[in-house]
Amino acid sequence: MSEARAISVGATPVLLPQTGVRAALRRIFALVRRYIYLLRSSGIRLIELIYWPFLQMLTWGFLQKYLAGTTSPLAQAAGVLIGSVLLWDILFRTKIGFSTTFIEEMWSRNLGNLLTSPLRPYELVAALSLWSVIRLLVSMIPVAIAAYFIFGFNLLDLGLPLAAFFAVLVLTSWSLGLISAGVILRYGLGAEELAWSLAFLLLPLCCVYYPVSVLPEWLQWVALALPPTHVFEGMRSILLHNVFDATELWRALALNAIYLVIGYLAFSFFLRSARVKGSLLQLGE
Amino acid sequence: MTERQTTKEPSASSAAPVLVRDLVKVYGKVTAVDHISFTLEPGTTVALLGGNGAGKTTTIAMLLGLVVPTSGEVRVFGADISNDRDLVAHRLNFQSAYVDLPMRLTVRQNLTVYAGLYGVADIDSRIAYLAKELQLDDLLDRPNGKLSAGQKTRVGLAKALLNAPELLLLDEPTASLDPDTADWIRRALKGYARERGATLLLASHNMTEVERLADRVILLDAGQIVEDGTPRELIETYGRETLEEVFLDVVRGRASGSARRDLDPPIAVMEEAT
Repeated sequence: MSEARAISVGATPVLLPQTGVRAALRRIFALVRRYIYLLRSSGIRLIELIYWPFLQMLTWGFLQKYLAGTTSPLAQAAGVLIGSVLLWDILFRTKIGFSTTFIEEMWSRNLGNLLTSPLRPYELVAALSLWSVIRLLVSMIPVAIAAYFIFGFNLLDLGLPLAAFFAVLVLTSWSLGLISAGVILRYGLGAEELAWSLAFLLLPLCCVYYPVSVLPEWLQWVALALPPTHVFEGMRSILLHNVFDATELWRALALNAIYLVIGYLAFSFFLRSARVKGSLLQLGE
Repeated sequence: MTERQTTKEPSASSAAPVLVRDLVKVYGKVTAVDHISFTLEPGTTVALLGGNGAGKTTTIAMLLGLVVPTSGEVRVFGADISNDRDLVAHRLNFQSAYVDLPMRLTVRQNLTVYAGLYGVADIDSRIAYLAKELQLDDLLDRPNGKLSAGQKTRVGLAKALLNAPELLLLDEPTASLDPDTADWIRRALKGYARERGATLLLASHNMTEVERLADRVILLDAGQIVEDGTPRELIETYGRETLEEVFLDVVRGRASGSARRDLDPPIAVMEEAT
């Protein structure tokens, strides 16, 4: 190396205010920028984002096309299966986007730097949430367009309720993401599997591909306590009967508020627990 | 004014950079840090020296708020770090050989992200300035993962200096570096501390590093402070030639000064023989 001279700090850098909404937004967008850089650095990641939902949509779209040739009225209902797949993917992809982005910080052994910076835990959560939606849009918009051109299914046919469905599913996925991230913080990458499996637990319970009435009665109560169930019921109601029940949706949003609070409390609890147990020192190793 | 309000508003000028009082950290049945107390004065470079498991990293982690103490008090610039870290987080920074910056991001991207997190107003000029000072100009657009260990350390240092911290915490800053690069880093750190008037606390078991950098050494063994003084004082107290010999005396449980010779005749005999 060449001779090291004393590092000059020059004019000490001006630091912007550290408190207030603008400061919080600046830190959130700084972190989102990091995720954008990461996605831009790998074309394969970008392709992978679209690849899996596209395959799902193709598989279920062709099944739908096949069933449409049968006499079952349900099978002939336009787009129920594709609609289910696309809405499920909103939930699943957002959840995975949240969790894997968090895990990525641990893989890269960067979490120590983040947690010792002025970034607040709720800002980390906000950045992960925002990024999970951006990832979702990058992933789902091309797939939704492809579903229109290949199978003639237009997701926008769901009309305004689509925006509400979208909100409910995204909020649920954030709750799940918070719990997964908290558990991984506390127990390390050994609990990584949870990030993948937690959303799948909802698949049978949320009645993605069948109505709630199919479940045994006691399980119906469990299903109705989950916000996504109301989305899938609502979607079927619109596509099969052209009826939209807003009350169901309000219930789902109210449930979401509860789950989000639980999710954030769980994340905070596990973060605190990780700080007590010293797990943050071993992360990524 | 209530005591709580006083805690919430640490004095920017008068509070010591670091005040540790009766600090304890217990993991299950293991006491990692055992009732230690020390204060760092502004502008000093202090080394936490000790063998593996002595409690250096845990102490640094508690100063950073990464680990919650079992009991005791940690104040950074007057703020209780466990509860009010947000008040002072922008005034300190951290570098460790065991924490990385994202590998896929370029050096410039990494520094841009962290400059945003620390609230640096003119990000581009600060990065350009540090790149020049730390000889990173040619590396700015290379992914962090494609850099050598020495280059990564310089990038980590650039990240740690983005906000020109008044308190810089370093955990084994030159671990796994060749002697030339390690020496370069040490001189750079020394220069920074001098010019900024910054307080440096480094955890290390590299004696050369400690002797060259530190004004004061806090020697830890089994989570306790066993010695606290300047490197010269410790060497004289133990009647040794180097800090490394002092360190070996401590970790092998030998007493200091004349007491050491009384309690440990074989060593004294060996010394006289040589």
